[in-house]
Amino acid sequence: MVERRSTLGILAHAVMILGVLIVAFPLYIAFIASTHTSQAILQVPMPMSPGGHFWENYLAALNGHGGGAGSNAPVARMMWVSLVTALVITFGKIAISLLSAFALVYFRFPLRGLVFWAIFVTLMLPVEVRISPTYKVVSDLGMLNTYAGLTVPLIASATATFLFRQFFLTVPDELVEAARIDGAGPMRFFKDILLPLSKTSIAALFVIQFIYGWNQYLWPLIATTGEQMYPVVVGIRMMIAGGDSGNEWNIVMATAILAMLPPAIVVILMQRWFVKGLVDTEK
Amino acid sequence: MEKRVRFDSQVLPWMLVAPQLAICAVFFFWPAAQALLQSMQVQDSFGLSTEWVGLENFKTLFNDSAYLESFKVTAVFSLLVAVLGIALSLMLAIFADRIVRGALFYKTMLIIPYAVAPVVTGVLWVFMFSPSIGVVAYGLDHVFGFQWNHLLNSTHAMTMIVTAAVWKQISYNFLFFLAGLQSIPKSLIEAAAIDGARPWRRFWTIQFPLLSPTTFFLLVINMVYAFFDTFAIIDATTHGGPGRDTAILVYKVYQDGFKGGDLGGSAAQSTVLMLIVITLTVLQFRYVEKKVQY
Amino acid sequence: MAAISLKNVVKRYGIGPKANQVIHGVNAEIGDGEFIVIVGPSGCGKSTLLRMVAGLEEVSGGEISIGGRVVNDVEPSERDIAMVFQNYALYPHMSVFDNMAYGLKIAKVPVADIKTRVDKAAKILELGALLQRKPRELSGGQRQRVAMGRAIVRQPQVFLFDEPLSNLDAKLRGQTRLEIRKLHAELGVTSLFVTHDQVEAMTLAQRMIVMNAGHMEQIGTPEEVYARPATTFVASFIGSPPMNLLTGRAQGTRFAFGGADLPLPAAAPRDGELILGVRPEHLGHASVAHDGGWPLTIEMVEMLGAERLVHGRIADHGFTLRIDGTLVPPAPGSTLHLKPSADHLHWFDAATGKRVVA
Repeated sequence: MVERRSTLGILAHAVMILGVLIVAFPLYIAFIASTHTSQAILQVPMPMSPGGHFWENYLAALNGHGGGAGSNAPVARMMWVSLVTALVITFGKIAISLLSAFALVYFRFPLRGLVFWAIFVTLMLPVEVRISPTYKVVSDLGMLNTYAGLTVPLIASATATFLFRQFFLTVPDELVEAARIDGAGPMRFFKDILLPLSKTSIAALFVIQFIYGWNQYLWPLIATTGEQMYPVVVGIRMMIAGGDSGNEWNIVMATAILAMLPPAIVVILMQRWFVKGLVDTEK
Repeated sequence: MEKRVRFDSQVLPWMLVAPQLAICAVFFFWPAAQALLQSMQVQDSFGLSTEWVGLENFKTLFNDSAYLESFKVTAVFSLLVAVLGIALSLMLAIFADRIVRGALFYKTMLIIPYAVAPVVTGVLWVFMFSPSIGVVAYGLDHVFGFQWNHLLNSTHAMTMIVTAAVWKQISYNFLFFLAGLQSIPKSLIEAAAIDGARPWRRFWTIQFPLLSPTTFFLLVINMVYAFFDTFAIIDATTHGGPGRDTAILVYKVYQDGFKGGDLGGSAAQSTVLMLIVITLTVLQFRYVEKKVQY
Repeated sequence: MAAISLKNVVKRYGIGPKANQVIHGVNAEIGDGEFIVIVGPSGCGKSTLLRMVAGLEEVSGGEISIGGRVVNDVEPSERDIAMVFQNYALYPHMSVFDNMAYGLKIAKVPVADIKTRVDKAAKILELGALLQRKPRELSGGQRQRVAMGRAIVRQPQVFLFDEPLSNLDAKLRGQTRLEIRKLHAELGVTSLFVTHDQVEAMTLAQRMIVMNAGHMEQIGTPEEVYARPATTFVASFIGSPPMNLLTGRAQGTRFAFGGADLPLPAAAPRDGELILGVRPEHLGHASVAHDGGWPLTIEMVEMLGAERLVHGRIADHGFTLRIDGTLVPPAPGSTLHLKPSADHLHWFDAATGKRVVA
């Protein structure tokens, strides 16, 4: 790198450390709070180092034994709902989008252009824009408070389809020609050649969609009425309904940490693919 | 872009797009059409009869001071989130670009906010900024003598949701800026250095102009993010308050439609939101297409 | 314009015992206004050396001086140099004019002077009509000239060229070579030119530095390097087709190698294990055997227009001879008898590859 002035190097590290502090501060506070008793936290200022109640609090959160004025639903159940929802959305979205992108790129059929635009338009219809009528549809289909209701409406948006389409367009034509000469039909080509090549894109999308599915808030808020079908992100919101002193903040923070854990693990472990996929999606 | 090689089957492609089209039809187009329809109707309070009123709902909407307020709040909010988010992330990306040692650690830490759900961010903020027990509120009081209360003070409330939203977006913006910076050929920077340009000058005359497609892209993305994905943050923190001072448009749709029962008005608001998103998305696609290919 | 001095320049990557040393002690004194070509195969360290002079790479050991000033720790922006990159490195968002004016604006040259200097350079390089265009609208050759224009307007002490012709097609390369020579004749700025192409080196250099695997094998004029290569590497790298090199044992006026025993027109500088070098163009030939002749069994003849290359074997060792293109080509399988001349024998030590003199 040009410029070997050490002051610039020190400044760079200083800025990065500042950035890390900004990012880590709320998480640190949450973790500390999750290891103390409720009283210790309510006494301002709360302690800045970990307390000794780690297991106690986390178990209470998982089993729903908190005593707060807000919701006390067992977090374990909610984590399960979140996990199932996120995984169904992720795998469902990837599967559907792979098929659609394959059709859009490798086949010529009437109204193909229309299909393309139809899918594209859904990019501009985030769920927040159609909540009431979508609610009515789901309700009419009897899908409220079910896993299906939580996942199916979110499975068909266009981002994954366009990512795969873009990727497929860069696959050399010669591969299709070679496959045809070898006697492979379209689905064979898809399974044996296209899919293995798409591994990186699929990995990147896995991360993005898992996070998307896990963090869904507004839709599950509307599509469920009972605690037992709350994903953990909705549950945690319900927990703080008791007001600042009525909540058991230590349990709430324990829940927050638990809610953050799976997505954070996925992102950190699959970091390389995720970064690549995120940047490539939009180009 | 077209592939010159295709498979011949006519039935198979339809089967392949069927799942996506089916779900799109049932859960996107039908509800969107419903929303459009509803926006031009008025229901009585029992939901028993509906009356066609054309653009009445829209007229009422735009004469409603609460709605116009919400428009203003949303505009301020999204501009603040976009500009602050971009500025902060750009600064982090510039310095991250120079670092070799510890790069992986910094990058890993900086992408964590992406994994945190917006609503969880909101809950963390409520906890930290609580006027009675929050550490930040306490710190502001004891170090600066500053009384924080977002429950009463609109500016405090706005600051709170802006900081939460910006914090959450750091990762996304940072990654894009970093990729953008790293896609600038190193030889350009070297040429500028040999031409006599110091780092500060090199940034403003070479790197920043070449980053402009990325910057524009992120500007649009951040605004759309501020319009929609911040719902959870507001629902967890200010609930649109104090009063209505942080009720951004999408929050108002929820309040009026689900809490208030005004389906027609809510649907009209949804339609307006839809138009805004479409405009922003189209703008972005047109610009990205015209993006200069170096 | 300034002299450049390289004193024992060393480049290492990494530190401690696992460090990888890529440049081993280069020494050279380059005079004010000289055009020096640094030539060598890929990976020999020539670009690294150039970049150290530019200040884009740190100097691990030794000293680099420009204009009498040691510049090891001086930033590139302060060395008063200009560089032409292999991929031109033109600022894509600026017009040709702004590209060339960039360095001058930074140096706070008055606007009127900037225009004069840019116009003058544009005239020399025939860029006048292109001043308002953006780089992406230009052809490869035009971009290359803009890159040179950017260097010229700065009126620096030193020009640095990093393989600037490699991305041009063959015809353009030849033309641009001549233009660079004319430019140097006109402006007379000290120049360091890096290339892997020995033809470019031979045609452009006043003196050249031949590098191999981080070592400076020889520094000298093209004539010197061609006529008196210092090592077997230089001998085989410079000149096309490459010099024939035969490893064997010399004894008086005989040279034994590979089962053959060749007569020499003059005695080797010393007896013992030596490498004998003869250029394909420095041998006479006859179709009948004669005293002092070397028998060449012909395998293949290549027709190149003005000349022919005869490839064959002397006692099972590959050997190439160059003959005039108007002569009747010998048939494969037949034998030619080569006539070496005493003035054109090169001797190298078999162990070190270094030139041996009497």
